[in-house]
Amino acid sequence: MSDTVDATNIPGEKSGPMLAADGTPLKRSLRRALRRQKMSALLLIAPLLIFILITFIAPIADMLFRSVENEIVQDTLPRTTAILETWDSESGNVPDTPVFKALYQDIFIAQERKLHTRLGSRLNYELTGASSLFRKSGRGVGDIGEVYQDQFEDMNAFWKKGENWNDILGSDAWLAEIKSWKKASGQAQPPFEIRAQIAEILPQTAAFYQIFADFTQNEKNSNLYKKDPWELIYSAFYDDLTGANAARIDTYTGPGAAELSEAKAAAANFETVDYKAAFGDIDKDWLKMPIWDTIRAYSPRFTNGYFLNAVDMQKSENGPELRPENQRIYATLFLRTLFMSTVITLSCILLGYPVGWILANLPARTANLLMILVLLPFWTSLLVRTSAWKVMLQQQGVVNDTLVWLGIVADDSRLALINNQTGTIIAMTHILLPFMILPLYSVMQTIPPSYLRAAKSLGATNWTAFWRVYFPQSVPGIGAGSILVFILSIGYYITPEIVGGTTGTFISNRIAYHISSSLNWGLAAALGAILLAVVLGLYYAYDKIVGIDNVKLGG
Amino acid sequence: MKFTTTLLATSALIGAGTFALADAHGNMANEMTLVSWGGAYQASQDKAYLQPYLKNNPGVTGVWDESSNEAVAKLRAMNEAGNITWDLVDVVAADAIRLCDEGLAMEIDADELLAAAPDGTPASEDFGDLLVSDCFIPQIVYSTTFGYRTDMVGDTPPTKICDVFDLEAYPGKRALEKRPINNMEWALLCDGVPKDEVYDVLATPEGQEKALAKLDTIKDSVIWWSAGADTPQLLADGEVVMGSTYNGRLFSVIEEQKQPVAMLWDAQVFDLDGWIIPAGLPADRLARVKDFVKFATDTQRLADQSQYISYGPARLSSAPMVGKHADLGIDMAPHMPTDPKNAANTFLYNYEFWADYRDDIDAKFQAWLAQ
Repeated sequence: MSDTVDATNIPGEKSGPMLAADGTPLKRSLRRALRRQKMSALLLIAPLLIFILITFIAPIADMLFRSVENEIVQDTLPRTTAILETWDSESGNVPDTPVFKALYQDIFIAQERKLHTRLGSRLNYELTGASSLFRKSGRGVGDIGEVYQDQFEDMNAFWKKGENWNDILGSDAWLAEIKSWKKASGQAQPPFEIRAQIAEILPQTAAFYQIFADFTQNEKNSNLYKKDPWELIYSAFYDDLTGANAARIDTYTGPGAAELSEAKAAAANFETVDYKAAFGDIDKDWLKMPIWDTIRAYSPRFTNGYFLNAVDMQKSENGPELRPENQRIYATLFLRTLFMSTVITLSCILLGYPVGWILANLPARTANLLMILVLLPFWTSLLVRTSAWKVMLQQQGVVNDTLVWLGIVADDSRLALINNQTGTIIAMTHILLPFMILPLYSVMQTIPPSYLRAAKSLGATNWTAFWRVYFPQSVPGIGAGSILVFILSIGYYITPEIVGGTTGTFISNRIAYHISSSLNWGLAAALGAILLAVVLGLYYAYDKIVGIDNVKLGG
Repeated sequence: MKFTTTLLATSALIGAGTFALADAHGNMANEMTLVSWGGAYQASQDKAYLQPYLKNNPGVTGVWDESSNEAVAKLRAMNEAGNITWDLVDVVAADAIRLCDEGLAMEIDADELLAAAPDGTPASEDFGDLLVSDCFIPQIVYSTTFGYRTDMVGDTPPTKICDVFDLEAYPGKRALEKRPINNMEWALLCDGVPKDEVYDVLATPEGQEKALAKLDTIKDSVIWWSAGADTPQLLADGEVVMGSTYNGRLFSVIEEQKQPVAMLWDAQVFDLDGWIIPAGLPADRLARVKDFVKFATDTQRLADQSQYISYGPARLSSAPMVGKHADLGIDMAPHMPTDPKNAANTFLYNYEFWADYRDDIDAKFQAWLAQ
């Protein structure tokens, strides 16, 4: 296009810019006209573009993203993972008490939000037993917190009531608002605001109370003012009362000052919690290395763990390594998928080529009639066709019965034609055959029969005429059919599932399993991404070797 | 007795009434989407629960969605999309535990939500141990067990689970489920591991190897199934001499289709199936579903379901009310997995164990299958 513009400009180079009828330079006016055309073209395809973007590109991108996404560990255990960064895993010692304390805080909040078991399932993909470890710990953390809660409440019943806590911790402005707020009014609950002075002298209590307040107000939708605090708040309160800022409590003069001073005095003599021992009591696995190595290895927001798993590898201290032999499965499945798709494509060529030839050389009326037979399978449900093959191929099925009746096969040694690779290849060849025949037919139709006659009249044998003259012209059809069949079969799922048994299943069956059964979506995404890369790679190779311009679907 | 029932019914009504008032507008939605497994099982739920309910509540409509086998994945996706389209979902207990763990199912208070037994026993006692999760509302006890072709086993039909592993006495193909659950336990049992040690052994890598080695002895004679309908079809066609599946499927092959098939109840594995309510339903739909669930899981309704399918009702109080099959007119009690004669040797699915070991053992099992 720019060539055209330049070309029109060449004469103008000598005698100033060439002008259009309205006096603007021709170049600009042409460009404007073209831009308008392009815009309207874009507007015309906009619905399709948006449709594809929303229903195709975005979901695929989202799926591919899941294969590396690993935010759940850091989001659920933010404090633990932060401290763990400084932990020396080489030492062979499990982390120290501060990590366990952070773990307590994280798991407590997570179990209130019901996120801890999700994390357990996630880590269970990497470490067997993580699922129940987190479920157990979710139940156990309540007991840990009760130690302080009970002591505070025994000392003074004042600390039992949510109202009292709110009176101390909430700012005066917020307290005024919340006291006049009624749930039934339908208005939003005034968001909690911490008393500035308290935030300074009780920093940990304030921080955790803020989390508690957000959760109560926004997720539970209950009235924060009436709500008794979590056990976790009492532990934080104890830490503040015995911590570095404790001395400043005496300077505090707001509501509850007397109770705070009393609590501070009493807290010095409280029974304390050994977080490490407490977690050891919940489950002794917390005092062993594997869970800590796993949490640390999967702390980052992004992981290559799913991709490693998808190629039969796993993380270890010395970097990625192959899984034990009895757990390797995906390499086998990928190779099998490629191998069987190739076999299916070849059998489709073998069966489809003569059919295409006959269709192309028959008179149009008969060809149309036969074409219906080719298309007929398209109009039958895929499941019905596959199930029909089951009836045909099983050991007591039609094919075996016929063979036994003909005396070709003995009754006690019937052929195993289904629930193995043979079954998958037969059924899928049948199902994908039309995708081979149709491009072959449309390409063959364009080859004039006179070429063959000319070759023969020049002395070629039948074979030479076919192989040297006809076949090369039909190659674009084979190419198109092969790409269609191969790419379709590589992602096939339902037919191998029904007739494939154990040796005839594809990688797509495992992807489906991880999507709907094991719920390991990350691994499914990684397997899908690899499959997509393989297909694109093969397409690229095909383009380099055969040339994508040589593929014809017709004409 | 009659008096207490009336009293209870009245208080239930009052309870329902106050609840309805407490609800945002006091309205119940008039449409429900129920999710189940399709086939004979869903039909039995439709006849025993839904149709009577719709009759009592004119103007309400109920739609079935046959998506239970991928309910967990779909509920997770709905939750991520923030649009829950289901009102009540039928799942096996293991899935209910997972959904509850992930916060995708609503936690329930059994005594508040579910009707008491006719004699006033609270629901939590009537269901007893079967309330395996805080979100789970049990309906039935079913079992995974073996059926065999009576005409293909000679004069000595199999009586023990280990006959499945005996290729000499019972040559021919077997149908087993294409997953480790149940198969590993049976293999260990027949490898001489005492019943109460099976899961301890299976927790060790050596135990897993041992189970796979035992399965290896029959691997060439196994057809692996993934849909519950596979084994009945394979048995009916004479493709396999014996195969595992759900007991209700075998019942229909034997009694409804009159095939020469018999049950091998030995070492049947009990499991539970029931409802969960998805978390985060709008108030009006939740009110409707609660109303339906209370009706559909009362003693009479659970007993009614067993007229249509041979799964044991989950309520203790329903057991004596199990009657005859609605169409065939045969006594259903002897076909229940919980019948004392059938339950001489049973095995209870260990939810906690499989929640932990599913990923690990499945990887090994699939690798073993692919070899």
